[in-house]
Amino acid sequence: MKKALALVLAGVMALSLAACGSTPSSTATSGGDSTGTSTPAAAGKVYYLNFKPEQDEDWQNLAKVYTEQTGVPVEVVTAASGTYETTLMAEMGKSDAPTLFQVNGPVGLANWKDYCYDLAGSDIYSQLTSDTYALKEGDVVYGIGYVIESYGIITNKTLLAEAGYTVEDIQSFEDLKAVAEDITARKDELGFAAFTSAGMDGSSDWRFKTHLANLPIYFEYQDEGITSTDAIKGTYLDNYKNIWDLYINNATCEPTELAAKTADDSLNEFLAGEAVFYQNGSWEYGNVTGEGKFTDDDLAMIPIYIGVGDEANQGLCTGTENYWCVNNMASEEDIQATLDFINWCVTSEEGTTAMATEMGFVIPFKAAQESANLFVKTDAEMTAAGKTPVSWNFTTMPSEEWKNVLGTALTAYAAGTGSWDDVVTAFVDNWAAEYQLANG
Amino acid sequence: MNKTLKKYFPIFVLPTLAAFTIGFLIPFAEGIYLSFCKFTTVNNAKWVGISNYVTALKDEAFLHSFWFTVAFTVVSTITINLLAFAVALVLTRGIKGTNIFRTVFFMPNLIGGIVLGYIWQILINCVLSIVEEPLLGLNTPAGYWGLIVLMAWQQVGYMMIIYIAGLQNVSPDLLEAAAIDGANSWQTLIKIKLPMVMSSVTICLFLTLTNSFKLFDQNLSLTAGEPNHATEMLALNIYNTFYARSGPQWKGIGQAKAVIFFVVVVIIALVQLRATRSKEVQQ
Repeated sequence: MKKALALVLAGVMALSLAACGSTPSSTATSGGDSTGTSTPAAAGKVYYLNFKPEQDEDWQNLAKVYTEQTGVPVEVVTAASGTYETTLMAEMGKSDAPTLFQVNGPVGLANWKDYCYDLAGSDIYSQLTSDTYALKEGDVVYGIGYVIESYGIITNKTLLAEAGYTVEDIQSFEDLKAVAEDITARKDELGFAAFTSAGMDGSSDWRFKTHLANLPIYFEYQDEGITSTDAIKGTYLDNYKNIWDLYINNATCEPTELAAKTADDSLNEFLAGEAVFYQNGSWEYGNVTGEGKFTDDDLAMIPIYIGVGDEANQGLCTGTENYWCVNNMASEEDIQATLDFINWCVTSEEGTTAMATEMGFVIPFKAAQESANLFVKTDAEMTAAGKTPVSWNFTTMPSEEWKNVLGTALTAYAAGTGSWDDVVTAFVDNWAAEYQLANG
Repeated sequence: MNKTLKKYFPIFVLPTLAAFTIGFLIPFAEGIYLSFCKFTTVNNAKWVGISNYVTALKDEAFLHSFWFTVAFTVVSTITINLLAFAVALVLTRGIKGTNIFRTVFFMPNLIGGIVLGYIWQILINCVLSIVEEPLLGLNTPAGYWGLIVLMAWQQVGYMMIIYIAGLQNVSPDLLEAAAIDGANSWQTLIKIKLPMVMSSVTICLFLTLTNSFKLFDQNLSLTAGEPNHATEMLALNIYNTFYARSGPQWKGIGQAKAVIFFVVVVIIALVQLRATRSKEVQQ
C-alpha cells in the first residue's frame, strides 16, 4: 500500500515537472507544404513578432494567404500591449528567434542595432516613396517604416459651428487661442469646453510629453538644419508653454486634476460632446467614428499651431515610429524568406489591400492603396495643397526617462506645484544628461 | 521504514531537485554571470567586469529607492504586525460574529496587487482633490503613506490569521495559572501570550519584512514611482533600469542591481530570523 502511494506521488511530481517543460502553443499559421500558384521564393521561413495587438488577426490572415501562395511558412506572434520590448528580448534569446521585428526609431534602435540586417540593397527599400521613412545611419539601412501616421487636433465641427466658427477660421496659433478662449468665456452658455482634459496619467501623458513636445523640437531642428542633437537649446519653449497653457486653462477640468486624468477620460469627453478639440492621431479614427459615435462629416483634424514658422503652410504632424527590422542572426534562407515576405506585403494586391483596408494603414510604398481613414486623407489633402507636414522628431528624444521627467514637470506646472522653469530644466538640461547616459 | 526511505529518497527528491535546478539554480547562476556583462539577449553577452556594479552603486535614483524602501519597510512592518496582532486578540475573545469579521479582514488579501493599487489610486486621488492637495502623481508624502495604508489594508488580514492560530494554541492551563496568580490582562498578554506566540511573530515579521522590501505590483500601480522616481522602490527601480532605458549597457546594470537587491534581502531576512528565533520558547 505504502509503496503504491509512493509511486503515485513520484509519478505526480514527474508529471508536474513535465508540464512545466512543455512550451505554450503559439499562434502559428504555418501552412505546411501546400503548393501554390507561384514558385517558392526561398527555402526559409518567416517569424514575425508583431507590435500592434489590434492588427493581430489581420496579420494572421495575411500570413495564411502568403503561405498558400508560396508555401513559405509564416508565423505571426503578437506581443501583448505594452510588452513588446520584453517579449522581443525573450524571443530574440531563443534559438528560433523572430526573423522580422520592429523598433520605434533611432532610440529604440540603440538596443537592437547589432541584430539588424542591412536593408540597403533590399527590394522593399527601393519601394519606399521617400528616403525619410527609412531608419538609416550613414549608408546602412537598419529599418523600414511601414506605416505612416498623422496627429493633430481632432475637431468636432458640429460643436465648433455651434460656437460660431468653422475650421477654416483656425489658421494659426492666434486663431486657435482666440477661438478656445471665446469658447471658455461662454462655457456655461454653450455647455461644452474647448479642449478635452490633457490627462497626464500614464495612459495619456505621451500626447503631451512626446507628441506635443515634438513641435518645439521640430522647429528648432528646422532652424539648425539638423535631424537629431545631443543637446537641445529649447528655442521655442515659450511657444510650448503657450500651447500647454491654452490646453490646460480651456479644458473640461481644472488643471490640478490633470495628474489623474486618463486617455479614456479624454476620449469619452470628446465622444460625449463635452469639448471641441482633442489632440490625438489618425490611429484614433476607429475610436471616434462608428456606431453611436461620430461620422466623417462631424470631424476634422487641424494642425497643432504653436505660433512658430510659416503657419499658413503648416500641415499635420506626420511620420512613423514603426520600423521593420530583419534579424541578421537568422539563417540566410530565413532572411531571404523574410525579405520576400515584407516585399510581397507592400507590393502585391493582397498585401496592400489588407494593409490599407483591414489594418487601416497608410503605407509609404509605391504600390500603396488609399485608406478610408479620414485623418489620413486630410493629411494627403493638406500635403497636396502645398502644406508642409511636421516630421516626427520625437523619435530622437534621448530616452523614455527624459519623457517621464518632462511629463512630471508638465503635470506639476499644471497643478501649480512646479514652475515653468522646472519644465525648461527637464527639457533642456535633462536632454544633454540623458543623451550622455544613453550614448556615453 | 528508515531503510525504505533511504532506498527510495532519490526518487522523491529527483523531480523537485531537477525542477529547482532548472527553474532556480541555473537562472540564478546565469543572472550573476550576466551582471558582469553587457548584453541585449541573454545568450549574446560580453564580459565587462565590475563596471555594472560601480555604475549601479553610483546611481542616485537607486540609492534613493533603497532608502525609500527601507523607510517603507520599517513603518509598514510595524504597522501591519501591530494591527494584525490587535485584531487577532480581539477576534479570539469569542465575540459574536467572529468568523464573519475574520473573513472580512482576510478578504483584501484575495485581490491582486495591481488591482488594489489602481483602486487605492482612485480613492486617494479623490480624497486629495477634495482637500485640494496635489494628486498622487505629484505628492511624495501622499504616495508614501498611500503605499503604507494599501499594504496594511492588504496584509493585516493574512497576518491576523497566523496570529489567531498562534493565540489559539496558547495553553489554557497557563492562562488559568496566571489568572490564579493574580496577573491582570496586560500582564497575561506580555508575559504569557506574547512569548507563547513568538513563533507566529517570527513568521509574520519574516513575511511582512520581505514582502515590503520586494514590493513591486502595488508600487507600480499606485504611484509608478512618480514624481520623478521619488516613490520608486528597489524592485521598480530595477525594472525601470532594465526596460525603460535604451542602450545595451543598461541591461547589465539592471542585472547588477538585482544581484545587490538579492543579497540585501537575504541578509535582512537572516538577521531577522536569527533575532526573533532566539526569543522563541519551547512549550
